[in-house]
Amino acid sequence: MSELRRTFEEMPQQAVPLERDAAGQPFIRVTRREFLKLSAAAAALATAGCRGPVEEIVPYVNPRLVAPGLPQFFASAMTLGGCATGVLVESNMGRPTKIEGNPSHPASLGSTSVFEQAAILELWDPDRASALAMRGQPQASDALQTALLGRMQRLEQRHGEGLRILMRYESSPTLAAQLQALAQRFPAMRVHSWEPLHRDHSLQGARLAFGRAVEPLYRFGDADVVVAFGADFVGEGPGHLRYAREFMDRRRYRENPPVNRLYAFEPTPTLTGAIADHRDARSPAEVAQALAQLAGALGGGKVDDPMVAAAARDLQAHRGRCVVVPGEALAPEAHALVHRMNAQLGAAGTVVQYIAPICGDVDCTRSLQELVADMAAGRVDTLLILGGNPVYDAPGDIAFRDALARVPFSVHHALRMDETSATTTWHVPLTHFLEHWSDARAFDGTASVVQPVVAPLHGGFSHHEMLAMLLAPVAGGPRDWVRAQWLGNAGDAQAGERWRALLRDGIVADSAAQPVQVAARNGDFTPPTAAQPWTLVFRPDQSMHDGEFANNAWLQEIPRTHSKLVWDNAAYVSPASAQKLGVKSGDRIEVASGDARVVAPVWILPGQADDTITLPLGYGRARVGRVGNGVGFDAYPLRPAPMAWAAPARSVRRIEGEHTFATTQNHAEMEERDPVRRINVPEARELHQKPIENAPEPETLYPGWTYPGYRWAMVVDLATCIGCNACTIACQAENNIPTVGKEEVRHGREMHWIRVDRYYEGSQERPRTHFQPVPCMQCENAPCELVCPVGATVHDSEGINVQVYNRCVGTRFCSNNCPYKVRRFNFLHYTKRDGEPPLDARNPQVTLRMRGIMEKCNYCLQRITRARLETEREGRRIRDGEVVTACQAVCPTAAITFGDLSDPESAVSKAKRSPLDYALLRELNTRPRTTYHAKVLNPNPDVPAPPAGEGKGEGHMVPPTTPGERGGG
Amino acid sequence: MASTPLIRGRWGYASITDKIADIVLRRPTHWIWGVGLLVTLLMSVFFFGAMGYLFTRGVGIWGVNIPVAWGFAIGNFVWWIGIGHAGTFISAFLLLLRQKWRNSINRFAEAMTLFAAGIAGIWPILHVGRPWFAYWLVPYPNVMNYWPQWRSPLVWDFFAISTYLIVSLVFWYVGLVPDLATLRDRATSKTKAMVYGFFALGWRGEARHWARYEIAYLLLGGLAAPLVVSVHSIVSLDFAVGNTPGYHSTIFPPYFVAGALYSGFAMVLTLAIPMRHFFGLEDFITKRHLDNAAKIMLATGLIVAYGYCMEVFTAFYSNDEYEIGMTMNRFFGPYAFVYWGVITCNVVIPQLLWFRFARYNVWILFALSLVIQLGMWSERFMIVVTSLSRDFLPSSWGLFVPSIWDVTMLIGSIGFFFFLFLCFIRVLPAITIFEMRELKHEELEGRQP
Amino acid sequence: MSAPIYGLMAEFASADKLVAAAREARESGHPRVEAYSPFPIEGLDDAVGFAGSRVPLATLIGGIVGGGGGFFLQWYAAVIDYPINIGGRPPNSWPAFIPITFEMTVLFAALTAVVAMLVANGLPKLRHPVFNVREFDHSTRNRFFLCLRADAPKFDAAQARRFLERLEPLKIVEVPL
Repeated sequence: MSELRRTFEEMPQQAVPLERDAAGQPFIRVTRREFLKLSAAAAALATAGCRGPVEEIVPYVNPRLVAPGLPQFFASAMTLGGCATGVLVESNMGRPTKIEGNPSHPASLGSTSVFEQAAILELWDPDRASALAMRGQPQASDALQTALLGRMQRLEQRHGEGLRILMRYESSPTLAAQLQALAQRFPAMRVHSWEPLHRDHSLQGARLAFGRAVEPLYRFGDADVVVAFGADFVGEGPGHLRYAREFMDRRRYRENPPVNRLYAFEPTPTLTGAIADHRDARSPAEVAQALAQLAGALGGGKVDDPMVAAAARDLQAHRGRCVVVPGEALAPEAHALVHRMNAQLGAAGTVVQYIAPICGDVDCTRSLQELVADMAAGRVDTLLILGGNPVYDAPGDIAFRDALARVPFSVHHALRMDETSATTTWHVPLTHFLEHWSDARAFDGTASVVQPVVAPLHGGFSHHEMLAMLLAPVAGGPRDWVRAQWLGNAGDAQAGERWRALLRDGIVADSAAQPVQVAARNGDFTPPTAAQPWTLVFRPDQSMHDGEFANNAWLQEIPRTHSKLVWDNAAYVSPASAQKLGVKSGDRIEVASGDARVVAPVWILPGQADDTITLPLGYGRARVGRVGNGVGFDAYPLRPAPMAWAAPARSVRRIEGEHTFATTQNHAEMEERDPVRRINVPEARELHQKPIENAPEPETLYPGWTYPGYRWAMVVDLATCIGCNACTIACQAENNIPTVGKEEVRHGREMHWIRVDRYYEGSQERPRTHFQPVPCMQCENAPCELVCPVGATVHDSEGINVQVYNRCVGTRFCSNNCPYKVRRFNFLHYTKRDGEPPLDARNPQVTLRMRGIMEKCNYCLQRITRARLETEREGRRIRDGEVVTACQAVCPTAAITFGDLSDPESAVSKAKRSPLDYALLRELNTRPRTTYHAKVLNPNPDVPAPPAGEGKGEGHMVPPTTPGERGGG
Repeated sequence: MASTPLIRGRWGYASITDKIADIVLRRPTHWIWGVGLLVTLLMSVFFFGAMGYLFTRGVGIWGVNIPVAWGFAIGNFVWWIGIGHAGTFISAFLLLLRQKWRNSINRFAEAMTLFAAGIAGIWPILHVGRPWFAYWLVPYPNVMNYWPQWRSPLVWDFFAISTYLIVSLVFWYVGLVPDLATLRDRATSKTKAMVYGFFALGWRGEARHWARYEIAYLLLGGLAAPLVVSVHSIVSLDFAVGNTPGYHSTIFPPYFVAGALYSGFAMVLTLAIPMRHFFGLEDFITKRHLDNAAKIMLATGLIVAYGYCMEVFTAFYSNDEYEIGMTMNRFFGPYAFVYWGVITCNVVIPQLLWFRFARYNVWILFALSLVIQLGMWSERFMIVVTSLSRDFLPSSWGLFVPSIWDVTMLIGSIGFFFFLFLCFIRVLPAITIFEMRELKHEELEGRQP
Repeated sequence: MSAPIYGLMAEFASADKLVAAAREARESGHPRVEAYSPFPIEGLDDAVGFAGSRVPLATLIGGIVGGGGGFFLQWYAAVIDYPINIGGRPPNSWPAFIPITFEMTVLFAALTAVVAMLVANGLPKLRHPVFNVREFDHSTRNRFFLCLRADAPKFDAAQARRFLERLEPLKIVEVPL
């Protein structure tokens, strides 16, 4: 027993729950096996050499039995663009291995985007800066303090004249407080903000419309009609997870659903465009025109544009239950116009509300311009850059680097030695958010405490500690500062409880921002609608964000949702524009804007507006790490400060040379095979009227096996899937799936267990885009099993098609025989690849696969097993919803249902009874356990079908339950 | 044509024996033999070198991927095993059918079978992801208390191939015994005498021995005949049992067997024509032999052509969208050049064989034999790769591009095959001596077929 | 009486002579006649009084054992020893067991045939008295030999030699033991 206690004491971060448990019943009965597990765990810890943070942290749920091998979950929050998303961090033996969404957090509701998933890899990235450095030379850890000491005194005499701080969007109240204190010590100090993916336009728009800067907050749950102008509200921006859920909850097909309708006008394909009932590709200027026309139509004017007209009628028919959503890229005037329309439509105050900006009322662009001007003029002698990478991501027409070179004393406080660190005098390693204490606000103002789950792996410290160096010494550490921020200095027991609760739940109760009452002014807001020969559209790359994730192999290898490209960004052009330029995918063009010229490879993207070139930001990093250096091209130099999202190109011309892209899907047509079944709302209603009887299974010769116990099954709802890739990367993190690199993907060897297929329907210019996540179908008559000579893939008693890694010899016959091609093979020893996470970062419950072995989705068998172990101890069956697969957990729209078919009342059983339920390639009679719900669309009959070959398959319904007859074979 | 003798010119028992045995025992070999041996040895070195690299890196060095998880390795396997079939066909079927002309070619044809089948047997091992566990296909009591998965055609295949190898070896060896005795008795050195003597098992040609020997040999022939059919049928099941459009076809077994003999006889000619020339065996391997072999090629070639037609027909007749898609893909897809190449090499050009002049012109025959083997290899590529590259879900369609290692190993294996054959010619009588004597005897008796 | 011998051997130039000789020898009551030829000669086996072989029977048995065993192995493994759900197929998927059953039949039959032949022929036997005869080397080339064995009951060397001489062989030699 004493043996045991010592083992546990080696895991400080588990001390808390343990003591509590120890206080209760004897917290652990050691069988021999468990004991071995413990000693093994102890050994693992020793070797892993990672400790939990020294202070007490509180797990999200208190496991009845805290035993090694059972993971613990800790609530924390990850900020992106200043706004927080609540997460639950899975910690195995003190090692963070997986991130889940925090169900009680408004921006997450239990799901996350790809970035939160990939944050784990970011944490364990061996390329992170590990030492304090001056001009690139490693320094003793206290070198900075000494350097600062004298400087601070001199600064103090000058009241901080010449002291500047440049930071990103920050919503941390603690940080704000520190800055205030700093401002008192150095009155003349100035704080600047630069966020490459800033929200300047919307804030300016709000100033125009309301006279003050506010941020809109949407309630898509209350909207029958949504019209989006270049707005990807389900795909990006703070709160997109929440918005996606709210919007899709109204698409989730029930008996008589309150279905909504979405119109989207956008220059370049987005997730929002893909789920829209009506989408039209328009250049930024045309989008602005459409917006102006809509405004006119709402004012009673006559409109010739049929889609706009229809949208206008729809909006007016649903006053108070509709909303117009502007994309950040729109000009400020356009934003203002939209605010006024929403007021006219009675949306303001109901479907859309306004709150004070979460990250403060700042204009990044101006702020940065001022800073650069001062630096250039030599008015800055001490510059603190808190996070960010301005040298890399400053607009092309702001000469940040040169100006920075003129600052005598500059400090870059960031995760990596990057482009900026190369120019500053000092680089200070920043701790990862899983390593430090802080706090942050969500898109709706709800505050969370950022709770560390592991002691800094590479040393370094947080922004708070950094600022503390400039301040008069304060008692305690970052934890105390954060705690003080929320609880004052109350030390009583009751405060302690509140603190625990706060840490446990991951949110500060009722801290959401209060809506502010604003009235839209009158005034003529006319967005610029002048057409350009070529318009450059700047967008954050779906995987790189603003570039900070460039060294993240998982994100590099996640296929971009529409192009399915990996390990690259490309200049996206429409088929017509490509013809105009005389290029094909892979050719290179030179784009000039301002005095910058950038050479970029072209990718032809159906659904892209003509005469526009979309340039994803965040690539072409020079100093980020082994994974991301020199991958893709850097579009920031082309980006002018005033027109940050859409700018006219000075010249575009084809140049010599070819680029080889790697894509995970080569064929975009459905070839009349209709893997994605579509249905319009009226037909769907009819189906529901009919008595529900799914078509009989095709005949089979086999007597069939019985599954007395659980019968695991899955349903993927294509009506609610937005194709965001979260499932793919969550699965990768959960199941230790290796990345393979660009070359291997080019060979068709990507390893993702659940892929998202993308199909186009209709014309190249105006395609309808369909997404279809494809995990293993877990066929009851599995073709793969039949042909395996060694029985390395067999059925378990619960109907899961399991892969026995150590039995596999790698004949690959199973993959040939898998009609869904969901099997993945380790052609080389991928887990040993450079850039793969260290063993400590791996999920200890999932085996690593060596080369020569086949692998595939197994419904997260380890999670099922964990649940079984727990419930067997309690002598009961696993309850519905107790096992949640990784893909299901992360899905923003809860499109994936998983559970036990033996329980007729389980969610999955109910879903299977839906008339929209259908099996992929049913005619092969593989009897898949994974089935799909047809994609439900709600097109407006008034909108004429777009021209050019569309109508072929457009809106055409392929009844989900038609038994396709397969002749011959 | 029956009148044209199987042995040309005036030969007696002694001269026949000496002529053939001396190729092994005395006669200085043609210089071309040495050159050939060197070249093929070099190719073999490449073969085994590449193998070493394969084992250290993994099958990722090839072009295989998902969806095309099977590539050259499987194609080569089927091709080689097919080539092997001619040997067994000649020694078994023609034996049962009392085709006396077989006697002068069956020995080296069987050797060809052994080498081809042996090389074929290597490919599956190279193909698998973890070759060091390939033996798990063998049923044996093990700590995992687990067995092979009997429903998998690959296990059938393992049994078929190993049975085929063993039986062919035995068949060949039994046929050799009396000739080994000849070599023993005519050996020029003691060691040769010892070695040949050892393998001759003390054969002394006693009447009763001959009687039992002939019965056993006949039985072996009777067993090898269905075996040769079953082996390639089972190989074809590796595909036919799968559900991939282009694999999943009931016509495969007969069509594969025909294809096997087609390429096999082509290889027989590829070997026989130079051999008879360089070792002066024109009197034993006469133009009539070549003519017969050519006729069999024509026949099997036509069966193969029929198979091609039926595949297309069934695809459209079934009205199965996937089968039709697969066929259109073969016609016009990215690998169309392979399909049309196959048609040209296996169907169009070989029609020359209808003409006597072509069958009696060694140059044409030799060229044809090469064309047909190329065609048959391409057919395997077409079946294995083209089918996989586009199956059910358009989203997972993808191409296969062979890597330098794919090519090196294919060529290397060919080199290794000829290396083995060149060795064989010099170590064992390439023509069955005792059967030639028997032929001579029957000829004297005027009991010639 | 000279040293004990294996038998008396006569050398012939043609197959027909040998057949005729063998037949005569049998008719004139020589129980143990052996004939050696460089290739199988039709009728020679009756001439020397060969009873017929049981090789085919052995082969049949071998085949049955092989096939039965082959099927049993699969059935036992898949149904009794380790039944497991493979692609929803029943444990006893007998049609899938046929190919291996067939292959095993052929394999065992073939091997038995050869083994039976060798055993019945008493091979391998690297040492044998007839090899002591120098001329016998030609038995694998172009000569035909008839041998009257000395261990036959009431074998009389002189009489045997006289008998052979009547057949006008090329040569008569004693086969020493």
